[in-house]
Amino acid sequence: MVVEVKPREHSDVETEQLATGCEAIAEAIRLADVDVMAAYPIRPYDGVMQAAAKLIANGKMDVEYIVADGEHSQFEIVKHACAVGSRVFVGSSGVGWFYAFEAIAVTAGLRLPVVAICGNRALDDPGAFGTEHNDSLAVRDLGWLLPWAETAQEALDLALMAWRVAEDKRVSLPIAIGLDGAFLTHSQHIVKIPTQEAVNRFLPKFDLGDRLLHPDNPITIAPQVDQDWLMEIRRQNDHAMRQALGVIREAHADFKKIFGRGGDSPFLDEYMTDDAEVVVIGQGTLSLPMKVAIRRLRKEGHKIGLVRLKWFRPFPTEEVVKTLSRFKAVGVIDRDYSFGSPFYGGVLYNEIRSALYSQQKRPVIVGFIAGLGGREIEQPMATEIFEKTEAAAKAGPSAGDTCHWIGVRE
Amino acid sequence: MAEQDKSISIEVVYRGIFQKTLAQRICRSVVLAARKDGHTGTAFARYGDSPERNGVPAKQFAVVAADEIELEASMAKYEPAVVDVSIAVDDTLVKGVESWAWYGRQPIWKPVRANGWLLVTSEKTPDAVLAQTDKAERPYTLGIVPGGASFAGLWVFKDDHTDYRILGALAKILPQWISLENAKAATNELAKGNESAIASVQAGYDSTAMRPVRVGEGTSGHEVLQFKKPGWTTMRPGIIVEARKPGERNPYYKKYGARTMRPVVNFDTCIKCTMCWLDCPDECFEVTPEGHYEVVYSACIGCGICAQVCPVKDCIVMVDELKFTDNVDKWQMWKQDKPAYNAWFEKMSGVSAAPPPKAARATDAGAAASGGDD
Repeated sequence: MVVEVKPREHSDVETEQLATGCEAIAEAIRLADVDVMAAYPIRPYDGVMQAAAKLIANGKMDVEYIVADGEHSQFEIVKHACAVGSRVFVGSSGVGWFYAFEAIAVTAGLRLPVVAICGNRALDDPGAFGTEHNDSLAVRDLGWLLPWAETAQEALDLALMAWRVAEDKRVSLPIAIGLDGAFLTHSQHIVKIPTQEAVNRFLPKFDLGDRLLHPDNPITIAPQVDQDWLMEIRRQNDHAMRQALGVIREAHADFKKIFGRGGDSPFLDEYMTDDAEVVVIGQGTLSLPMKVAIRRLRKEGHKIGLVRLKWFRPFPTEEVVKTLSRFKAVGVIDRDYSFGSPFYGGVLYNEIRSALYSQQKRPVIVGFIAGLGGREIEQPMATEIFEKTEAAAKAGPSAGDTCHWIGVRE
Repeated sequence: MAEQDKSISIEVVYRGIFQKTLAQRICRSVVLAARKDGHTGTAFARYGDSPERNGVPAKQFAVVAADEIELEASMAKYEPAVVDVSIAVDDTLVKGVESWAWYGRQPIWKPVRANGWLLVTSEKTPDAVLAQTDKAERPYTLGIVPGGASFAGLWVFKDDHTDYRILGALAKILPQWISLENAKAATNELAKGNESAIASVQAGYDSTAMRPVRVGEGTSGHEVLQFKKPGWTTMRPGIIVEARKPGERNPYYKKYGARTMRPVVNFDTCIKCTMCWLDCPDECFEVTPEGHYEVVYSACIGCGICAQVCPVKDCIVMVDELKFTDNVDKWQMWKQDKPAYNAWFEKMSGVSAAPPPKAARATDAGAAASGGDD
C-alpha cells in the first residue's frame, strides 16, 4: 500500500477551532516547527500525544515523534535532542512526571530549554487522575519555569511564549506549562489558531550558539562536577531565572503586539479588582468558578475580586507584592498541599505570605485547600472561600494563620 | 595553650583503592589508642576522594581532642586545612599530591603546620626521600618508618603491620596524645592478642628515623601545577567544558601523581608493533618520526599495561618512580646519543639494553604467544 503524504498546509489567515487544551498545545507544536517530541502515555498529558500524532498522520506536521519506553527515557530523549540543537517538546502527568525526575532535574542544570507540559494530575493514590498541582510544583526548586494556563487559548499562547522565553540565551532553562487535567486538557474551547507567518515573526529559530553539541563545536557537556563547581553552577541558574522575568515581559509585549492577546500583565490576570477590598488568588482553571461567584456575590454588595497567577516560576514577587498590598485580605486557593508546612498550608499560600512578609502594609493572607484530586469547586464552596476571606479581613492578621479545607467531608 | 595542645589532626595520604583499608586502619587505631589515654577523637575519609580511583592520591584523617568541645571545634571543618602530622604510606607520594582536576599538584607537606611531622613509609634513607620532596617553606621533621609501600588492603586485608609500625612511630612523636603503652594496649585489642603486632608497635617506635628539615631543603624540580578556579560569571553556562583539541592534553588534570612506577623504553629493541600505543588507557604514547612510541610522562599514570602487552622482553620496563628526578620525555635523548641513552636505560631499569641473541628471541616469541613471560 502506498501512503499518500499530503503537503503541509498553512492557513494565511487566523482560523478558529473547537479544541481541547491538549489539541491547542498540539497546534502550538506544529506552529513552532518542533524538531523532536518524545511521548509516553499517561492521562491527562496523553491528549497532546494523540493530537500531535493525528496532525502528523494527516500530513499537517513534520516532527520526529519518538515513543519512549517510559517517562524517564522520554525526558532523556528530548534533553539530548535539545543539546544537539533540536527544538523539542515533551510532557507527562502525575507520577509519570515523577518517574522522569532524574532527567527533569538534570535538564535544568544543563540549561537545556526543553518545553514540556505537565498535565496536572493527582499523585496517584491508586488510580487518581483528577487535577492537582503537586506534580508541577515538585520541580519548583529545580530551575524549571512554571506557568499555568486557564484556557485552551492560553495554553496555545503560553506554549508559543514558552519556546521564546526558554530558548532565549539569557534564560536557557526548561519550562513546564501547567494544564489542569480534565478542566483544561479534556474540555473544548474556541481557540484562535494564529498564522504561521505571525508565529514566525514572534518565535525566532532555536540557536544554542556555542553550546551546540556538534562535531564542528567540540565540547563536553555534563562532566562530573564536585563541591568545587556546584555552587557556581547553581548561581548561574539563579541568574538565568532572575533574567527570565525581564525576558517574559519582553515576550509578552511582543506577543500582544503580534497576536493582540495576553492581558495587561504577563504575570497576573486581575478580575474585578478595581474597587475590591478582598480578593482570592490561585492558578489555572479554578479561576472559572471563582469568577462566577464574584459576579453573583457582587450583586449582594461584596467588594471582591480575583487575581490569577500566571507564572509561579520565576515568581513575580514585585508584581504580586504591589498588587496584593492593595487589598485588606487575600485568600490563597491551593489546588495542592504541603503536608506539615507552616500553618499546614498549600505551596502557593506560603510563597505569597513569604513575598509579602516585609511589607509595612500587607493584607491578611488566609489559605484554602480546595479541588484536590480534580474535585469540582462548586458555588457553595466558592461562597465559603469569600466569606472566610472577608471574615479574616475583619478579624485581623492572626486570622491568616489558618488554612481551611474546603469541600472536604468531615 | 597552643592549638596543638587542645587537639591534633593527622592525615594519611595513600594510593586510592590500593591502600584505602590500610589508611582506614591507621586512622582508627590513632583514635582508639588516644582514647585509652583519655582523649576523644574521630576518623574519616575525605569525601571528595570517593569514588576512589586506582593509585590516585587520596586522604583519610584522624582528629584527637582533649574533650568533646575541642573535638566539635575540629569537626566544624570537614577536611583539616592544617595537620600536625601527615603520613605518606607510599614514598612516591612525596613527589606531590594531585587528587582531581583543578586540585593542582600539592607538595606532600602542604597542610603540615610549622614544626609538624611528615612520616613516610620507605626503604630509602631520609635524605633520599627528602631529595624528592618539594622545597620546605616551613620547618618540619621527616620521619622514615622502615618498610615499602604496603598494598595490604587491596582485596582482603593481609596485614603486614604497617599500621602498627606507624602507630608506634606516632607514639614516639606525640607521647602526650598516644603513649607507647596505650598504643600497645589498643593494638592488643585490634590484633586480638597477636604479640607480633605489639612487637611491630615497638619496632615502629624504635626504628623510625627522624630528620629535621629546615626551610629551603628539598627539591624545586617538580612542576608547579596550581589553578585559579573561575567564578560563576566567567564559567561557561550549561556545565560545558572545552573538548581537548587533537594532540592537546588536559591541562587541569595530569594524573601522573598516581604513578608509583614508570615505564622506560628500549628504543633499540622496539619493533614498532603499536601494542603499547593501542593499549595505553591514558593515550600517553606519542609516535616518533621513526615510528617508535615514546612515553609522555606528564600523562602516564604508571599502570604498567604497556610493559605487560609489549611482546619484546625488557623493551618496556617498569621502574620505581623515586629513581627519577624529572618528568622529561626520553626519545630526544636516545636520538641524540644512543650509547648514553642505553647506559641510562640500563642504570634505571637494571636490565641489559642489548638486543637478545637471535636464538633467544625465538624462545621469547614462543613465550609471548603462550601468554607472556610473567
